[in-house]
Amino acid sequence: MKLFNELKSLIKHNIRDYGMYIALIVIMITFTILTDGLFMSSRNISNLLDSAGYIAVLAVGVMLVIVIRHIDLSIGFLAGFLGAIAAILIMQYNMPVFIVIPIILLLGILAGGVTGFLVAKVGIPAFVATLAGWLIYRGAILMATEKTGTIVVENDAFNAIGNGYIPSIMQVGGLHLLSLLVGALGIIFYIYSSISNRRNKIKYDFDVVSRPIFILQLVFVSSIIAYITWLLAGYNGFSWTVMIILLVVAVYHFVTTKTVLGRHIYAVGSNPEAAHLSGINVKKITFIVFGSMGMLSALSGILFTSRLQSATTTAGTLFELDAIAAAFVGGVSAAGGVGKVTGAVIGAVVMATLTSGMNLMGVGIAPQYMIRGGVLALAVIFDVMTRRQRA
Amino acid sequence: MSDYILEMNQISKEFTGVKALSNVNFKVERGEIHCLVGENGAGKSTLMKVLSGVYPYGTYEGDIVFNGDTKQFNKINDSVDAGIVIIHQELALFPDLSVYENIFIGNEIQNGGVLDWNKAIVESKKMLDKVKLKVNPEALIKDLGVGKQQLVEIAKALSKDVKLLILDEPTAALNENDSENLLNLLRELKKQGITCIMISHKLKEVISISDKATVIRDGETICTLDASKGEITEANIIKNMVGREIQDIYPKRPDQEYGEKVLELTNWSAYDSQLGRYVAKDVNLHVREGEIIGIAGLMGSGRTELALSIFGNSKNYKLQGDLFVNGIPVKFKHTSDAIKAGIAYVTEDRKGDGLFLLQDIKNNISVGNLKGISSNGIVNVNEEIKVADEYKDSLGIKTPSIQQLVGNLSGGNQQKVSLGKWLFVGPKLLILDEPTRGIDVGAKFEIYTVMNDLIKKGLSIIMISSELGEVLGMSDRVYVMAEGEIQGELSSEEASQEKIMQLATQ
Repeated sequence: MKLFNELKSLIKHNIRDYGMYIALIVIMITFTILTDGLFMSSRNISNLLDSAGYIAVLAVGVMLVIVIRHIDLSIGFLAGFLGAIAAILIMQYNMPVFIVIPIILLLGILAGGVTGFLVAKVGIPAFVATLAGWLIYRGAILMATEKTGTIVVENDAFNAIGNGYIPSIMQVGGLHLLSLLVGALGIIFYIYSSISNRRNKIKYDFDVVSRPIFILQLVFVSSIIAYITWLLAGYNGFSWTVMIILLVVAVYHFVTTKTVLGRHIYAVGSNPEAAHLSGINVKKITFIVFGSMGMLSALSGILFTSRLQSATTTAGTLFELDAIAAAFVGGVSAAGGVGKVTGAVIGAVVMATLTSGMNLMGVGIAPQYMIRGGVLALAVIFDVMTRRQRA
Repeated sequence: MSDYILEMNQISKEFTGVKALSNVNFKVERGEIHCLVGENGAGKSTLMKVLSGVYPYGTYEGDIVFNGDTKQFNKINDSVDAGIVIIHQELALFPDLSVYENIFIGNEIQNGGVLDWNKAIVESKKMLDKVKLKVNPEALIKDLGVGKQQLVEIAKALSKDVKLLILDEPTAALNENDSENLLNLLRELKKQGITCIMISHKLKEVISISDKATVIRDGETICTLDASKGEITEANIIKNMVGREIQDIYPKRPDQEYGEKVLELTNWSAYDSQLGRYVAKDVNLHVREGEIIGIAGLMGSGRTELALSIFGNSKNYKLQGDLFVNGIPVKFKHTSDAIKAGIAYVTEDRKGDGLFLLQDIKNNISVGNLKGISSNGIVNVNEEIKVADEYKDSLGIKTPSIQQLVGNLSGGNQQKVSLGKWLFVGPKLLILDEPTRGIDVGAKFEIYTVMNDLIKKGLSIIMISSELGEVLGMSDRVYVMAEGEIQGELSSEEASQEKIMQLATQ
């Protein structure tokens, strides 16, 4: 009973963080029931995660942009445009993939740097500066694909990024071995870091949850990782897309929570005046955040082009709004200073889950948009309400 | 029997436990110019907000009798309808609208919802004539100087059939010429039968224009002086303004040997190109090692602006003159340069530009010097916790844990977090801007004690303060500022409430 009460108060106090996970699980269970289990099939979950990939990386980037109180509308078409450039470099210039990818990422950083310059140095509102970028990159895609139309990429290495899976080494009882290993490593790492984190907190007399709750947490999260691993291993295993998302999440999570740069980003977001008076170079931070946004746009473009195995004239349409929606569903605050990398990714997964589930159920595109809009509105209403409650 | 246009009887107003006004009686006779004087925070503005309905009826005690009737103003429009118009220090004009649009905003001349601009222009000309302002009614407000904008505000008030005009420090932002014009206009309006209440810090003005002057101190009316009886003199006003007993709440500190000059300003001026005037002018001052200097003055006298101009010039003022740190001339491009040179600035507005309210104590303390506790850009959280805990203990921050969000702390504890943050940077010179504003007596004493400990360790402190007691109790030397200039320097022996107030109200 005591355990139950602690659990209740824990959820109550962290409702904003947990709410998103609870919502995701509820949505998934609902779809599973409505589709007679089809939704939770290995194949569907694998496809779902791959289709969330290019939005998820954008969501991580734009989450940081929103944290420092700006916005970036140009990211969708920038991703599309850089994807087209990648296709052109590979198909028309016959450049090897391992050279093309760094070039595209650098171009992305450059494009983000230009936005950063306009916003930080020239002082143009980000909304306007990136709306201009939206138009320019849209024109740029059309120009790049003008002669050829859709550019089909015939390069196995490149296409594997969006469609391939990590090698299996060997099959164990029909399951993908390397994927199982990755999952197991994930669980070990999670348990290890949770325990060392908890030890540290106890050492400094910080509040920690009671031991049974902590073990419950470990078991719960580990079993979810194990379940997803098992699901994916039953199909083709972890895809390269999922591995890339995991890498992006790991790097960005580390940077935002453990580094000086991350602290400075959140300081600028929560109070730019105070940050400036604390000796933080607000302009430099703005530059870096937009630069990272550009790089992630480039990565998103690579993922999308690879997934379609071609660069189309309309690639990137509405990506920016999907990414911004995902970031907000993931708990970023429009007032700045609040937002998590994991939240943004979960937000992207929530949105992809809705699309996937509704597609399976044969829901028409019109109600799909409305339902996704409703979920976005609900997420933000929930956010505002829980924030008010705390204040 | 006098003919009072306004009687405010036994007005009391409380803000969550703090008494801002207690049993204030304030009476204004018809057709007079009545000045309201007092220190910052004495309650003048609060009283006027009660009168104009900013604080609605029921949120204060006492009653307001206007033109013989007891009034209950629930919102600002109620007082405007009764003929009471208040002109705030920060003008409430729309810079991108024209003069006539501003005059009739909220009071538009209309025909069934359709605006009659032509009539508005004609009418606005009449109002502008009354205030003797010769501008095209179609000119934009932002193209006018502050002095003319002030007159537009008055014209706007006149358009509402004003009976009682309240001006809150109308000349604070004006030059001498514009000020003189404005005062003449008020005399003119008085002849036309408009009663006027003026809040002012400039005693010369008060003396030259008032028929009566009421002094408020600590939320109470001290006295009402009458010009016809020759009571309105500088000495008399100052005596009543500062008459507060200073309790001995300042910790004693042993006599200190002063070292070399840590910071010196020579002919230092800062020009604000947005405001179009100097916020600090020809400032000469210095601070020695182990010294606390006080910068006294009233609000708006340029003290904060001076501090900002020294501390990395974050408002991009145009600077003239020289700044020496340890005898070496320096130019700071960014606040981080000033921090590197050993200067720290604890802001006046802790919630606005001092702290990160949504972050915890630990993050707030470490933010200025994250590099000092990180290697290769990665923050050493254990080190950070240790540092935050040390400051929590040494400054006596009362909190269950350094994980507490700063927004949940009391004002005094927030101020200690601010101090901790800046001490962690390891400064040689600490600029404290209103270090004890809005915090309770106990926390004040603790902060004074910390200040004394710091100078014992060889730091120097510049303390900007509006509280005379604090300035006198803590400073080794006092500079008094008014209108961006240093009006005088007083040693701690010379300094007294009267002398400071005299210099501050120049």
